[in-house]
Amino acid sequence: VTPSEGVRRGSGRILAMLESLLALGGLVLLRDSVEWEGRSLLKALVKKSALCGEQVHVLGCEVSEEEFREGFDSSINSRLVYHDLFRDPLSWSKPGKVLPGGPLEALKALDKRTGSGPVTIALDSLSWLLHHLPCPTLCQTLHALSHQDSCPGDTPPGEQVRVLGLLHEELHGLGPLGALSSLAQTEVTLSGTMGQASAHILYQRPRQRPTHQTQWFSILPDFSLKLQAEPLLESQPRSDPHTPSVDPTTHLTFNLHLSKKEREAKDNLTLPFQFSSEKQQALLRPGLGQATSHIFYEPDAYDDLDQEDPDDDLDV
Amino acid sequence: MWWVLLSSLRCIHYSPSSHPAPLCVPELGMFPELNNLLNTSPEGAEQGKLTLLCDAKTDGSFLVHHFLSFYLKANCKVCFVALVQSFSHYNIVGQKLGVSLTAARERGQLVVLEGLKSAVDVFFQPQEEPHPLQFLREANAGDLQLLYAFVRDALEPVDGGEAVWRCPVLLVDDLSALLSLGMGPVAVLDFVHYCRATVCREWKGNVVVLVHDSGDAEDEENDVLLNGLSHQSHLILRAEGLATGFCKDVHGQLRILWRRPLQPTAHRDRNLTYQYKIQDKSVSFFAKGMSPAVL
Repeated sequence: VTPSEGVRRGSGRILAMLESLLALGGLVLLRDSVEWEGRSLLKALVKKSALCGEQVHVLGCEVSEEEFREGFDSSINSRLVYHDLFRDPLSWSKPGKVLPGGPLEALKALDKRTGSGPVTIALDSLSWLLHHLPCPTLCQTLHALSHQDSCPGDTPPGEQVRVLGLLHEELHGLGPLGALSSLAQTEVTLSGTMGQASAHILYQRPRQRPTHQTQWFSILPDFSLKLQAEPLLESQPRSDPHTPSVDPTTHLTFNLHLSKKEREAKDNLTLPFQFSSEKQQALLRPGLGQATSHIFYEPDAYDDLDQEDPDDDLDV
Repeated sequence: MWWVLLSSLRCIHYSPSSHPAPLCVPELGMFPELNNLLNTSPEGAEQGKLTLLCDAKTDGSFLVHHFLSFYLKANCKVCFVALVQSFSHYNIVGQKLGVSLTAARERGQLVVLEGLKSAVDVFFQPQEEPHPLQFLREANAGDLQLLYAFVRDALEPVDGGEAVWRCPVLLVDDLSALLSLGMGPVAVLDFVHYCRATVCREWKGNVVVLVHDSGDAEDEENDVLLNGLSHQSHLILRAEGLATGFCKDVHGQLRILWRRPLQPTAHRDRNLTYQYKIQDKSVSFFAKGMSPAVL
């Protein structure tokens, strides 16, 4: 594969990832976690839909409108309708701006959107809705929202409704997670390793087996998606660049280094139990001026001093 | 009820001369080193941020003292919801950091909700107005709307007057106590949501909250609260005890996690880990394994 072919294939895959996530329609579930957040991917999908000319309705519960619109240029922002559930979702405010019916009505109102053409609805986030609505109610409303007609042939592809739901995995038990999972046509689970984000995508096409795909990606500041190659598993973890490399041998109370003279003296020293040739010679030849040794013995009173050799009578 | 009785006992026994020092953590002081690690200073503090403090297997209250003195020095209007200790405790520690909470309260810079004292008032004083801790009286406490109203009234910028204080700051010590008092995690999350919407977004202020991490003890409600807040936070400071147990020279480990940067792929170190030792008036931080005592 030549580099240019690789690039072309790569850019084909870039389009393929976002488009394939949006292609199936219905409910696209984005599962994120504290470490790997999913709002950037949600915004990337929103941007992609808007660029395709669709109207995007955002039910914003967790971030303010300014924060959600940040990073989008005006062409995208003009197609984006933000339904604000962030400022006063439970009607606590002093002026008492009542949101009639609360979050449920706001969600149902999205179903009665005006205008024709394909529509994308982004729910930021499903976790907030799950905390404030009973799970069955939420599932029924979601189903009604993302419901495609029973005869897929009747609905022209342009009239598809896409619902993008952001879900924080750690906040819910297995029951609600499973229920939402079964409702979703596409499920994306975000994770990653060594600073590189990855998406595990599960496609559930009708009357077909579910298919899996794993993509490594990063999101650029303008919320476009860039595919990455899979990071190689390194045997050792990278050293933290911000850890100051401190030399532990400084500021010690003892000396770890040897000067040249000390090193020479150390090398010249013969160890007492090391058998060298000089030692051998010294042992074999008595040195000059070395007096022969005498043994002085004072016999005890009861000692039997016999000059004979006790072994003489042995017949050896 | 037993919690209220306990708190009333604490109030009765307390007197400035016999202040009981915290059992394992010596008194603390302002932490210029922590400011360096967080790349911030009282003059140049960021605004509109939610900071989550959490501790696991150790006492993270030194972080609360740090932020309290930090924002007072930064000339911000501070609303301090103090549910765990008495005002005098924070005052004494604050004096070691160089701020006087009493003086700040008198000049209107600091508004304190002393949970221990107020809880007694809820039961034993006639209430004309709704009390921020009203939920203690109710059998089926729904939400913390009254507590939010208290915070809002305390920090609301005065219309028409010139801005005396830099920005409003809400400090809560700590949210896990609200769970212990019977509030559900969703109710506490809603309270923080409204504080974020009003204090952070509308008034461009900051919110700092402390949550304890139950760790091995399976506390599902606390986990929901902690994870839910983690998703909403801009900065998470996590103080952890060492895995190997208590150590005289290294009191714990501090993990700093920046979330929700403005750019999705900002080249800012998202995750740093340092070890620390708490001393009489300061905390010293060092890289892992580089404590001066072990070198």
